[in-house]
This record gives sequence, C-alpha cells and structure tokens, in this order.
Amino acid sequence: MERRGPILSYLAEMPVGGRIILCVLAALAVLVPALNLLLPPDSLFHVPTFVVTLFGKYLTFALLALSVDLIWGFAGILSLGHGAFFALGGYAMGMYMMRQIGTRGVYGHPDLPDFMVFLNWKELPWYWSGFDMFPVALAMVVLAPGVLAFVFGFLAFRSRVTGVYLSIITQAMTYVLMLAFFRNDMGFGGNNGLTDFKDLLGFALQSDATRAGLFAASAIALAAGYLISLAIVKSKLGRIMVAIRDAESRTRFLGYRVEHYKLFAFTVSAMMAGVAGALYVPQVGIINPSEFSPANSIEIVVWVAVGGRGTLFGAALGAVLVNLGKSYFTAALPDVWLFALGGLFILTTLFLPKGVVGAIAALRGTAGKRRRGLSGLFRLLARRLL
Amino acid sequence: MRFETTMTRIDPTAPDTSEPILYLDGVSVSFDGLKALNRLSYYVEPGELRAIIGPNGAGKTTMMDVITGKTRPDEGDVYFRGNIDLTVLDEAAIAQLGVGRKFQKPTVFENHTVFENLELALKSDRSARASLLFRLSGVQSDRIDEVLETIALTRARNSLGGSLSHGQKQWLEIGMLLIQDPDLLLVDEPAAGMTDAETEDTAALLRDIAKNHSLVVVEHDMAFVHALECKVTVLHEGSVLAEGSLDTVQNDDRVIEVYLGR
Amino acid sequence: MPGCLRICFFAVALSLAFVASAGAEEAKAKDISALVSALAQKSYKKKATAIEALAATGDPRAVPVLEAMLGARLFTRKSDNKVVIGEKQGDSLWLSDPLTLKAIGSAKKRTLKKVRINNRLRKILRGVLGSMTLLSADPKRRTAAADAVFKSRAASMATPLERALKVEPDEAVRSRMERALAAIRLVTKKETVPRLKAIERLGAFADPEVRALLGGLLGVKADGAPEEADAAVRRAATAALDDANRRAAFWDTIGNIFHGLSLGSVLLLAAIGLAITFGVMGVINMAHGEMVMLGAYTTFVVQEIIRAHAPGAFDYSLFIAVPAAFAVAGLVGIAIERGIIRYLYGRPLETLLATWGLSLVLQQVVRSIFGPTNRKVGTPSWMQGVIETAEGLTLTYNRIAIIVFALIVLALLLLVMRKTWFGLQMRAVTQNRGMAGAMGIRTGWIDALTFGLGSGIAGIAGVALSQIDNVSPNLGQSYIIDSFLVVVFGGVGNLWGTLVGAMSLGLVNKFLEPFTGAVLGKILVLVVIILFIQKRPRGLFALKGRAVET
Repeated sequence: MERRGPILSYLAEMPVGGRIILCVLAALAVLVPALNLLLPPDSLFHVPTFVVTLFGKYLTFALLALSVDLIWGFAGILSLGHGAFFALGGYAMGMYMMRQIGTRGVYGHPDLPDFMVFLNWKELPWYWSGFDMFPVALAMVVLAPGVLAFVFGFLAFRSRVTGVYLSIITQAMTYVLMLAFFRNDMGFGGNNGLTDFKDLLGFALQSDATRAGLFAASAIALAAGYLISLAIVKSKLGRIMVAIRDAESRTRFLGYRVEHYKLFAFTVSAMMAGVAGALYVPQVGIINPSEFSPANSIEIVVWVAVGGRGTLFGAALGAVLVNLGKSYFTAALPDVWLFALGGLFILTTLFLPKGVVGAIAALRGTAGKRRRGLSGLFRLLARRLL
Repeated sequence: MRFETTMTRIDPTAPDTSEPILYLDGVSVSFDGLKALNRLSYYVEPGELRAIIGPNGAGKTTMMDVITGKTRPDEGDVYFRGNIDLTVLDEAAIAQLGVGRKFQKPTVFENHTVFENLELALKSDRSARASLLFRLSGVQSDRIDEVLETIALTRARNSLGGSLSHGQKQWLEIGMLLIQDPDLLLVDEPAAGMTDAETEDTAALLRDIAKNHSLVVVEHDMAFVHALECKVTVLHEGSVLAEGSLDTVQNDDRVIEVYLGR
Repeated sequence: MPGCLRICFFAVALSLAFVASAGAEEAKAKDISALVSALAQKSYKKKATAIEALAATGDPRAVPVLEAMLGARLFTRKSDNKVVIGEKQGDSLWLSDPLTLKAIGSAKKRTLKKVRINNRLRKILRGVLGSMTLLSADPKRRTAAADAVFKSRAASMATPLERALKVEPDEAVRSRMERALAAIRLVTKKETVPRLKAIERLGAFADPEVRALLGGLLGVKADGAPEEADAAVRRAATAALDDANRRAAFWDTIGNIFHGLSLGSVLLLAAIGLAITFGVMGVINMAHGEMVMLGAYTTFVVQEIIRAHAPGAFDYSLFIAVPAAFAVAGLVGIAIERGIIRYLYGRPLETLLATWGLSLVLQQVVRSIFGPTNRKVGTPSWMQGVIETAEGLTLTYNRIAIIVFALIVLALLLLVMRKTWFGLQMRAVTQNRGMAGAMGIRTGWIDALTFGLGSGIAGIAGVALSQIDNVSPNLGQSYIIDSFLVVVFGGVGNLWGTLVGAMSLGLVNKFLEPFTGAVLGKILVLVVIILFIQKRPRGLFALKGRAVET
C-alpha cells in the first residue's frame, strides 16, 4: 500500500458516484440560490422560490437517507425509527423559532408560545429554557437525537437485540414518541405541533433570500454528511461495521466489542438525522407529531433501498428520486401514489436488491456481467410473472 | 451485565508456565433439561496440542462456547492461564486475552478481501476510537504478508473472502487466528470438507502452529487426529470418557462401545 | 335550606289541595292555566315554585309546557301577556296554546318575550319532567325518570315517587326509584331517624353519584363548620361511604380485569396469526394488519348481502362471516407467500420491507373499492346488551363474546398444530426443512398453507374487531405494532407465550389507565415492553439451546 496524506488518499479512494454527488452539490449550493435571486422572475433561467424550497426539502431527505444507509447499509442495523431522530432535530429547531416569534404571536406573550397561552400555562417549562439562544438550539439539534440514540442503542445492543427484533423495537420507539408528542401536556404543541414561525436568526422565513440560504445550507449539510459518512466507512471502523453486518459473532470472537461499534454508528447516524430535521422544519414551516409516525420512518428505508443500500450516494439519490415521484403522483394522480410506493417496496426488494445504483453498476460491468444485469433482470421478471 | 466486564483487559500478571493454560473443572450446561455438558473437567498444559473427539451431541461445540464466553455454564469453573476466570468475561474480553476460535463452519468476512480479513484480525487496539483513526503500519503490513504466505493465499490477497473455495476459507480463518497471536487456539473441525491432500497440509500447519501456541482441536476425522500426533480427550454425553494417546484411547472398551454402538 | 323548605311546604300544601279538589274539574283547569301564567313571572324563585306546583297537579297537559320551557320555546305575548309555545319558522314563530296545543297563528319575534330559565330551573325542570314519566309504560323511560329525579333531588318529587313505587312491577326499576327517594329524603327531611334510614338505603348503592352525595355531607363550609350539622348523620354517612367505597373499589377491580381481558383478547386475536407466520415460520409480515382489515371488510360484505337478500338471517351473519373471512384472508395470504415471500426466505429485513409495501397496496385497494370512510358493521341482536350491577359495573355482551371467541380460536389452533397431520408436517418443516423435504413433504406447499393459516386467523380476528372498532382501510395499522410486541414479549414460537403476553398487556394497560389516562398508560406499557425486550431479547417464554441459533 502506498502512503498518502489521509485527506488525499481519502479523496482518491472516493467512488465515482460520490465525486459526482459532491460536485453536483457544490454547483447546486451556488447556482440555485444565484439563479433564484439574481435573475428577474421572467428570465428563462430563473428558478422560482417554490422550486428552491422543494429541492431544499429533498436535500434534507437525502441527508436523512444517508444517515439510515450508514447504519443499515454498513452495520446491518435496520432502524424503523429514524424518523424519530429527524423529528427531534426538527422540534429543537422549531422550539428556537417559536421563541423567536416573541410578542408577534396571536396572544402577544413575550415568552410563551401561543399554544401555551391557550393552555393557560403561566411560565415556560424548564426544557424550553435556553432555546431562545441559537447555539443552544443548534446543540440540541444534535444532542437530543444523539442522547436518545445513545441510551436506546446502549440498552438494545448491550442485550444483543438484533435483526428484525431491533427493527420492531425501533418502530415501537418512534410510535411511543408519536403518542407522547400528541399529548398537550408534553409542552410541544400537541396535535398541531410547532408552526407560524416568523424568522430564523433575524431573517424572515418567507423571503426569497432566506429560502435560498436554507437551500445552500441543506446542500452543504448533505455534502458534509456525505464526507463524514465516507470517512467512517472507509476507515478500519467502517470495515469492522461491515464485518459486523456480515458475521457478527465472528467479529466478536476476534475481540471486537460489537455493541460499541454499533452504538457509535447508531449515535452518529441519529445526529445526522437530527441535522436533517432541523433544516427541514424552517423550509416547510411546521413540525408536528406525525413526523414520528412509523410509516414515515419505514418510507425512509425505501428511499435507501431504491437508491442502493450500502452505497451512501445511492441512498441520497434514492431519497430525491422517490420524493420527486411522490410530489408528482400526489399532485397528478393522488390515488395512485400508495400503489406506486407499495409497488416500489415490493419490486425493489424482489428485483433490485442493490437498488438503482447497483443496477447501474451491473450495467456498466463487463459484457458477461451486463447480460446478468439488465436482460437478467428481465428474464427474472419474466420468470416471476409467468 | 456484560458491560461491567469491559474493564477487564489483558491480565497484567505474566503467564505462569507451571499452571495449565486452560483448566475446566466440573462444568455443566443444560438446555431445557437436556444436559449438554455434565461435570466436564480436563486441562491443557501451556504449549500443548490437544485433540478432542466425540460422537455427535457429545458437547464439543458447547464446550467451545463455554470457553469463549458465548455460553455461561450453570456450574463449574473455567480458568485461563491459571488464574483468569473465563466464566465472568464476555466473548470480546476473552478474545482480547488471547483465546482465538475457529468455527465449525468456516466463517470469514465475505465482502472483505483476504487482506482486509487479516487486517481486521490483526492484533491491535480493539476500541472503536482506535479503529476510526487506524492506519496500517509497514510492520503490520509485512506481518499480514507473512501470514498470507503461511496459509498459501498470497495470490488471493485481493480476492473477496466470499469468492474463496471451502478449503481456502478454512485456511483463511486459521490465518485470522494466527495473526491475532493468541496464547490458546480453539479449532473446530478444521478438516471438514477438505480433500485428503488439504487435510494433510492442514495437519502440518496446525503442528507447526503448535510449536509456539497452545492448541485445542475438535475433530471427527480419525486420520486427521492421527496426523496431529498428540494427546486425545474423548467426550461423551458432556463429560470426559477417556484421555491419552490415540492408540490408548482407541483400545479403550468404553470408547469402542460408544463409537460402535452398545 | 330555607328556600328548599319553602318549596317543600308549598308542594305539600298543593298536593293536599290537589287531593281535596279531585272532583272539581273546572277549578282544576283554571288552576292549571293560572300556574302556566305563573311560569312567566320575573323572579326565578317564583318560576321554580310555579314549576313544582304545576308538576304536583300530576296533569299530563303540564308535560309539553314544561318541556317547551326547558327547550326555551316558551314565550309571553307582549300584547296580552298570554303564555304561548313558539316554534321557529324563518323570521317569525308559529304559536300554539300551551295547554290545548292548538295553533293560534304566527307572530314576529319582537312581539314575543322569551320565558328565561337558568341552570337551577333546568335542573328542577328535568326532575319534575322525570317524575311525570315515572309511570310510563316503558321500563327504560321509568329508569331514566328515576335517575333524573335522583339528580334533581326536588322535594316535590317524593310523593309521585312513592306513588310510582307502589305500582312498579320491575325489580331493577324499583331499586333505582328507591335510590332516588332515599336521596330526596336525605336532603329534605329534618329528623335524624328518616335521614339515617335514607343513608342506609343509599348505602346499598356504590355508584359514583351516591358516593358524591354522601361525600357532600362530610364536607366543610368556608367558615370551618361542617356542611352537615347532625353528628349522627355524619357518622352514618362516613360508615356508608367507606363501605360504598370499598365495594366500589372491588367492583372497579373486577371491571378492570374484565376490560383488561377484553383488550387482551383483542390483542390475542390480532397477534395469534402473527405468532404463526412470525413465531413459527420466522416471516415478518407487515401486511398482517391488512389481513385483519380484509376480514373486517369481508364481514361488512357478508352483512350487506344478507341485508339485501335474507334480512331475517342477520343474526347469523357472523357465523357466515367467520369462515368467509378465514377463506378470503387465507387465500390472499397464500397468494402473498407464493408470489413474494418465498423468494425472500432467509432475508428477514427484505421480507419486512416487501410486506410493508404490500400493506400499502392492500390498503389502497380497499380504499378504492369501499371508499376511505368508516363502514358500519352491524351487531347481531344476541351480542347487544349489557350486564349491569348495582355498583355501576357494566359488561357488554360483545366484549364477553370476543373473550370467549379468542380463547376458542387459540384452542382450535393448538389442536390443529398438535393433533393434525398438517400440524405435524408444519412442525417438521419448521424444525428441519431439508429432512422434511427428504421425507416427501412438499415443503413449499406447507409453507404456503402455514402462511395461509396465519393470515386466515388474522381474517377471523377482523370479524371480531369489526364488532368493536371502526372498519376503515387503516384498521390493520393500529394493531400491527401492538401485535408484534405481544409476540416478541410472549416469546417467539410459543402460543402460550402469546396468550400470556396479550392478556398481561391488556390487564396492565387497563389497570394503569385510571392513574395515567389512556394514552400515557399505553406509552408506559410500550416503554416497559421495550425495556423488557432489552432484558430478555427472546421474550417471556424463550426457547433455549440449539434451536435458537439457526
């Protein structure tokens, strides 16, 4: 093995898809805001603000998918509760923006958000204090999901809850949180969640510039998340994660404390999901308990499966593709969307176990491999259907 | 409970050569009323090569599980290097102490290359933080090449573990054991599914390893056990039936009865 | 008390007058119309007096007047101060005479003045109206009337109650009337002895209202003096209340156990099929909830067909729905196994995802056919009705039926698994597939049939759930997480574990509810299960040994 500096070797070992994604993200982060802000609305190349926001949202979903791929694709942990970490990050950001509303709320109370005034609360609950400061909120964006993942993972991995059992209890975890956040006395706005935000760091949320800024921030966060994930999976720690995925007890008998590795990956992944949630909330303008619903979490897994499990950039791609489809179907053919999503689950698991990226890789292979790729796919399809 | 044991790392006391490296005393394990091990006792001297044979269900794999911390015994003691109680440690701690295990069914990391398989097994700091910052040193790389040579997989260096033949996987797994540099190697049926020539080579490899390690080999194949030229312990229904050289054991009436039917 | 006393005197005086002048029809009619006019007085106190007096006449003509007053439909005409009943008709009101109920034309709103009532009058009105229906032919109305009187505790009601009690044939209704009478006596009598007697009689009931009434006697006024001046009455009330509380606590426990078992058997029904597909086969079927949903919709369709073609057979609809639901869900299950799951054996996470996708598709199919709204599934007459005890415990027949049904299904399933040829083959395949195949068992078909059996039982669960829950395309979703937790909690692969898991979950849930509320209780139970699974990942009744490893 030749020796290079860590960063250089790191970039050299980066998969082609990864380099493409980074370049695309960098270009997007600069171009889209520029095209939105600098060009007049009637220009051919003008990007309307709603498109900026829509794609900004997709980028946060891509980061979320990335976080799921890090643990599912590499450590074999199928979390059906990652939406919970996403939502917690979102709530942390939402709480900050609620405090920013100040006296501009319907009731004009300087400290209490409207829903608390409505519930006749006299003072801010202790866990809301400090959220008027952006650094505190930012810390909570990663800490709240991180601590939950750490505690939950510590208990689960220590007692060697694995495979589908782990999936089921992660699902139960997000379900419990959903029920809890629906309650008014939790102090997170109950059913309606947190909404009616005005501004973020003093920038009005409705303005085009803020929207463009949020888009750029999402693109940068996604790129950073991708680089961090890549650094992890390319390290020896990443190879140990894959070893755990493929042969857990073999890894353990080599002297590795499997639970520590899983806990590390799970916590890092939860924090990434939290950041995604924090960027998502100001762009959509609301966070409510339905983000915790088990169906949401499982949908994330489909993005990853469609894009290609264990490829990182495939997961990000899958999130964008599926959500583009969702936006199209729910607008044009709302009844068809659930058929399409459900069908996607089934077809991907049956015919595209490595996702779109895997299928493309198969197509780009040698002639022999190509035959196994596309036509093989068709033959498989034909065999199953006939 | 397992987490409390994480602090018990490598025992600072130097290995005492006069003590047995592995000592089992009255170990019993039962599953749903079925006794897999029944007051099993035996010991292995440091540097010894020991073969353990026994019919199906004699408790060989359960014994391995108990030694490596996978299964807790209902009663009895298991000591390593004289004074380390293995019954309170978990798999990772026991492995880090220097007990290596090869499974009955060859288990290598299928999606890692042969080189990476050995790299993962290489003796090093097993903590997550160290792994994140780990860079392979020249010495370590040379050591991997050396082991690759020993297990005759130099040419398969960059092949995926999953693409190896059955015999090659067995050897890779033995190589992974070797590179951990354990004091005690537990090898479960290393010759299963091998050709005669491979079996012979494997026996030679194990004899070679035994020169500077203690080794416990569980095996069915009598020719293989014969080729190991070592002391043999016969297990039956979870306890020791006979012990001695292969010839002595093979002439034992009770062993004959167990193997040939009553 | 003074106001109360005055009413009391007035009522007694009036009833005496009523008895005395029984023959004088003319005078009576005049009395009544005078009393009706008295309803329109300004003072609420005087209105109250008039209401009680009107009620005490016992004249059936008073009922519509009082009802109109309660419904804010009683007016006075500004021109002649006549009291009239008005029915809103656009801008104006149709007027009718309060006693003859004959129409007397319409009038603009502003020519009329509403007879206003307050909450106290409302209470009195309900009470007197209650007393006037005490003699109704319908026992349900009589019970309702007695309870209304109990709530009003109006002294004037004592006499009509006594009269009604004399002729009441129904034991249950009598008991409600006695309860009301005792309450009135306790509140209105002054002498210690009848009040003690009233407390004694009330003590036989332990429902929350009686306990509130007794508890009220033991309160303390703002100035520190006890609400009830009579020490003997206080003592008796304390004793009666303690006893009532004790009995109420006992029946509460019984009620909790019943509701817990009822919830448990619902969970059991939903989980039992999963115990087969997940527990025995190791297949994660996220579309299991949709099998339940299909069973519920099958019940709906069966009932619709019966309604259309043989309405008389409606009471037997569930007996047809059970096998139909089993067949529908079972066949869909077999199709799923052959079409999807068999390609995914050994890949549990992929199975989980594919079946989740399938659940979305099935939901959407049902939504497209039956629409997104709830469908009404009828309950046969033999499942309607309740068992009620004096302590306020109610056991509904449909809940009882579901408990029995769940246990029957479990017993049948155990029988199939243990005693039939199919069960034997099924166990053989799950224990050693290769060996079973070598012995000539068609393992593929056994897989399909096993999966069909699990799904079919889910369908049967749907029939039961259709009796207590809304039948909508989302029906299955609400049970899937609970069902999985029950199976994992009880110990995978162990039907007894599923039974114990489901029942203990149901019981714990219902016992927590009074302290924490339903949602928080559910949250706590889920958290406890999650923690429990950490402690014992293999559940309550774990299999040990080699079987676990593979």
